[in-house]
Amino acid sequence: MTTTVPDSARATSRPDYAALIEPSRVHGSLYTDPRVFADELERIWYRSWVFVGHESEVPESGDYVRKSIGPQDIIMTRGRDGDVHLVFNRCAHRGNLVCEDARGNANAFRCPYHGWTYRNTGELLGYPYNKGYGGKGNLDLSLGRVPRVDSYRGFVFASLAEDGPTLAEHLGAAAGEIDRLARLSPEGRIDLGAGWLQHRTRANWKLLAENETDGYHPQFVHSSIFSVTGSPIGPLYSDNSTAVTRDLGNGHSENDLRPEFRRHGETLRWFGTSESRVPNYVARMREAYGEAAEDILVEGAPHVMIFPNLFIAEIQVFVIQPLSVDECVQHSTAVQLGGAEELNSRMVSQSIGSVGPAGMLLADDTEMYERNQRGLEMRQPEWLDIRRGMHREALDEDGYRTGAATDETGIRGFWTHYRRLMEVDT
Amino acid sequence: MTAVTDSPLTLRQVEEFLYREARYADEHDYDAWEALWTDDALYWVPAGDATSDPATSMSIIHDNRNRISTRLNQLRTGKRYSQSPPSNLRRILSNIEILGVAGGDTEVGANFVLVESTSRGMETWAGRTTYRLRVVDGEVRLAYKKVLLVNRDQPIRTMAFLI
Repeated sequence: MTTTVPDSARATSRPDYAALIEPSRVHGSLYTDPRVFADELERIWYRSWVFVGHESEVPESGDYVRKSIGPQDIIMTRGRDGDVHLVFNRCAHRGNLVCEDARGNANAFRCPYHGWTYRNTGELLGYPYNKGYGGKGNLDLSLGRVPRVDSYRGFVFASLAEDGPTLAEHLGAAAGEIDRLARLSPEGRIDLGAGWLQHRTRANWKLLAENETDGYHPQFVHSSIFSVTGSPIGPLYSDNSTAVTRDLGNGHSENDLRPEFRRHGETLRWFGTSESRVPNYVARMREAYGEAAEDILVEGAPHVMIFPNLFIAEIQVFVIQPLSVDECVQHSTAVQLGGAEELNSRMVSQSIGSVGPAGMLLADDTEMYERNQRGLEMRQPEWLDIRRGMHREALDEDGYRTGAATDETGIRGFWTHYRRLMEVDT
Repeated sequence: MTAVTDSPLTLRQVEEFLYREARYADEHDYDAWEALWTDDALYWVPAGDATSDPATSMSIIHDNRNRISTRLNQLRTGKRYSQSPPSNLRRILSNIEILGVAGGDTEVGANFVLVESTSRGMETWAGRTTYRLRVVDGEVRLAYKKVLLVNRDQPIRTMAFLI
């Protein structure tokens, strides 16, 4: 007898991810097994870099907004130091929530239960009737702080691991896609302050992450809206499209629509408008970027899924928040660009039409997610097929695996990274 | 806004109109529902803060007359999967009050509770609706409908039917 857990017992307590994730197929239990979800929290959500919010949501000192890392309730604050801080919404005394409002401005949080107060950076400021603790300043306690917080162009990410890859290493090539979005602002500035729609979804979070750069589904799931509006989006995701799907590494992927927009060579086609409708914006872009403005205005915004939860869909940003193995929340907002007032109101209006619980696109995606989750409860066949386009993939000039517009190249990239994270021993 | 007594509509006329509008929405009678709207219509379901500006902040729905048509045309294709098959709906309107008259439109407030049944379960929706009604060629028409869900600041389920 030894005290080591035998291999057989370990096998029943933890799924064998190498056996469940193959290059051309993944096992259905990855979407339905609560043990997998528990592992994902520890190995992905509470370890890897996760998108939390944008600095523009807390512009002033003292501003705060409640955010999440998976099921964890996180407060994003702007300290007096001007930096953005992330603290857990949990009093160090008895574990009560210290903040109930969704947003506001306060330099301190006061727990309503026994009146303990904390600076918005987490530091314990005081506790009433302090003689019960032998006087002031005697407690070595604080709000829980997120160990690593970093941002890229205002996008704030968190890692609950003390060490690991840096944010720059995690983002890798995906950082260039955020750059592309920022370049659409004549000031190089992105603002995500238009408020978030919150859409509750009965599905595993991975169904959403995979769908974001799945170029195979739009012609089917969205045919109803494409047909009534005469939208030019459909052909971007057809057999004849010159757009490509790219595995950007680290689980990130994109639908690169630039080949199609370059082929047409029309500025602002990507936004479904023309220069005459937004003349001030176009003038400011040419002033800011000179000759480079033409390419920027032709190529448009990125369509990129940044592992595990940030999806930039041209003019919208989505955040995927997992709550349990079969429940998540989609948060969505319109991109707002500094110095682009003419675009901004249109982006809000288009986004309201497209996304959220009543959105003419996203309600139907969500219907697919929920039916998909139900379907995955069926016993046969056990696997999901992800081989589409494997035979016609190639490496591009930068070494990234690239497939056709409707290929599952991005989905395979997701699973490659997922498997790497899930197989790491804790 | 002028006094309630200046309304060209009686409370009974208002009630009859609201019940009819509710029935068309419950029964997915898209043609009849669409015909109720004026050309300058606004159909608005705010999200989060009810006082936020819909031009600069996200709403759940913010449809002008054109977008109402687009929304209904999408439903009419039968391939709006989030409403195909359509939800089974029934709503109760109550607390109906004429709030005043503005620019010839009668402003009305009402509370509602709506039960939705789909293959994945039952959902309860509730809130406060503000309507602006206008008499056009002797017919009562709907110029404005603003629906404040009680849970608009929380994550909500898909709402692809007519609220």
